[in-house]
Amino acid sequence: MILETLDLKKYFAGKQILKGISLAIKRGEIFGIVGPDGAGKTTFIRSVLGLYRPDGGSVSLFGGAGSEYPKSRVGYVPQQFSLNADMTVWENIALFSRLYGLPEALWAARAEKLLDMVWLGDFKNRLADSLSGGMKQKLALICGVIHEPEALFLDEPTTGVDPVSRREFWQMLYRLNRAGLTVAIATPYMDEVELCTRAAFFNQGQIRLVGAPAELLALYPYKLFAVRADNLRLILRRTLDLPVRAAYLQGTRLHVALDGESGLPALEEALAAAGLGAFAITPVRPTLDDLFSFAAGLPGPAGPGIGRAADLAPAAASSGGAP
Amino acid sequence: MNIAIKTDGLTRKFGDFTAVAGLSLTLPAGGVYGFLGPNGSGKSTAIRMLAGLLLPTGGSGSVLGLDILTQSEEIKKQIGYVSQKFSLYSDLTVYENLDFYGGLYSLKKTERAGRIEKALALTALTAQKDLPAANLSGGWRQRLALGCAVLHKPRLLLLDEATSGADPDARRLFWQLIYRFAAAGTTVLVTTHFLDEAEHCDRIAFIQDGAIIADDTPENLKASLPGALYKIPSPDPVGLLEGLSAQGHDMSGAYIRGQSLCVRTVGAPPRFAGDGTQKIAPALEDLFIYLVEKKRAKRHRP
Repeated sequence: MILETLDLKKYFAGKQILKGISLAIKRGEIFGIVGPDGAGKTTFIRSVLGLYRPDGGSVSLFGGAGSEYPKSRVGYVPQQFSLNADMTVWENIALFSRLYGLPEALWAARAEKLLDMVWLGDFKNRLADSLSGGMKQKLALICGVIHEPEALFLDEPTTGVDPVSRREFWQMLYRLNRAGLTVAIATPYMDEVELCTRAAFFNQGQIRLVGAPAELLALYPYKLFAVRADNLRLILRRTLDLPVRAAYLQGTRLHVALDGESGLPALEEALAAAGLGAFAITPVRPTLDDLFSFAAGLPGPAGPGIGRAADLAPAAASSGGAP
Repeated sequence: MNIAIKTDGLTRKFGDFTAVAGLSLTLPAGGVYGFLGPNGSGKSTAIRMLAGLLLPTGGSGSVLGLDILTQSEEIKKQIGYVSQKFSLYSDLTVYENLDFYGGLYSLKKTERAGRIEKALALTALTAQKDLPAANLSGGWRQRLALGCAVLHKPRLLLLDEATSGADPDARRLFWQLIYRFAAAGTTVLVTTHFLDEAEHCDRIAFIQDGAIIADDTPENLKASLPGALYKIPSPDPVGLLEGLSAQGHDMSGAYIRGQSLCVRTVGAPPRFAGDGTQKIAPALEDLFIYLVEKKRAKRHRP
């Protein structure tokens, strides 16, 4: 076992951020930590790593007690990774290597290999400050694993990273994982959660769901339907007034969650009566995005109701620009 | 046709680095437009020039009929701008932040209170109005930023990665707000790395190395992807991908989706595909990857 927490609790300023988290991460996993903003994901990672002292419960890394683990066995890539902006890519890696006391003969060869893996080989002498966002995060990942840890904790490392860089980042994670690295990663991207061996959905300081992606999907309790139409935005507004479990746009379709098939005729009838043009409704299988909404508390009727934009938009007549 | 944004050869250099290289674009008023592109492609620099925050070093352009070279102050008054790092004052409450921005936009006291109430209602933050901004979660912060940016009823909203780091529900709520503004006649220009969001844009410009390399509706852009996409189910998609690469197959553009490997091929279905292989419709992300890798391949060619 790489990590085991039991009833882990943490308070900040009298507010309970972690309300008793019990979680085990096995060797060789890529474990996803998922949840809405403020669910306790970052606090959990920091409490596990001994950066915060837990207020209750226990943490065990590699079977040891509390934060008593050899730092060389763990890597950490925080949300705001501190790269030295005025140092080059290579100098940043050198700095981290020396902090871990690695001999140059060892880290330099590793660094070359890791840089090539993510297309950074040509950028060794570039200042970290002039790297793009995606490159910076890949460098952060290299710095986090240059000492070859057994377990790597990453806190939303791909936020603001473009899709190509995100794939390269994950390809590197995969390769490291296959070479024996256990990965725990917090992410807001559901397509990344799909790539995890298991994931835990956090909400309000508790774990709501945990399992492999396929197991998680099986926990979705509603019947899900996809609506296709030209006028989706108007249909969404109408649907939100109907007795549905949830309704939201997903890609080019509108997803509507109902308690069962029996609710479908009423939905079709109401949308037809609204006269918003042709539409087609088909049952669909939920994805992790749908599951997220379920686990996080649903948007739509149960979520916060947003107001009228017309109050803060220019009058329609003057909405245009220059003729 | 009313024009919201028109640029001609818009260029911005920083020293010997060209961030935006001759961007020419015409956006009609009304609707939601997307700027997509890799990190460092010049999207933010272009938006900052359109917002009147940065002067171009070449080319020309107009925003809402105002010249970006000579009328940037006037532009700032007519647009709303939200970047990923929108400045909210942590030690001020939600209401005080709105009041502060109302002041910046020179809204009269009497008018300001009403607008703030409407912004709070719009962004579903009325119950949070007395919380310090420091206590807001990411999604709430971004909604507050949007509320601050629309107090003066801008005709154009520029949203630069406004949903970066937000969770899926927070993003959906934010997009509902975007639609409401679009429906009310506001022109909206967004940048995002969430390509599922970009599917909702009326039109998209792909930007790479500071220039537009594709500009069309999401449907037409997806239809422009050469070849076809196939989804190959596999219990070990990573192993499958590595195995096929090792056998010499061209796996550029291949990617893993859950327990499947997705491959794009031009012509017949991939001959290594086994039972259960399905042809799938391309998403914007597939086009994005294709365009970026095409450009990269060109650059690496000797």
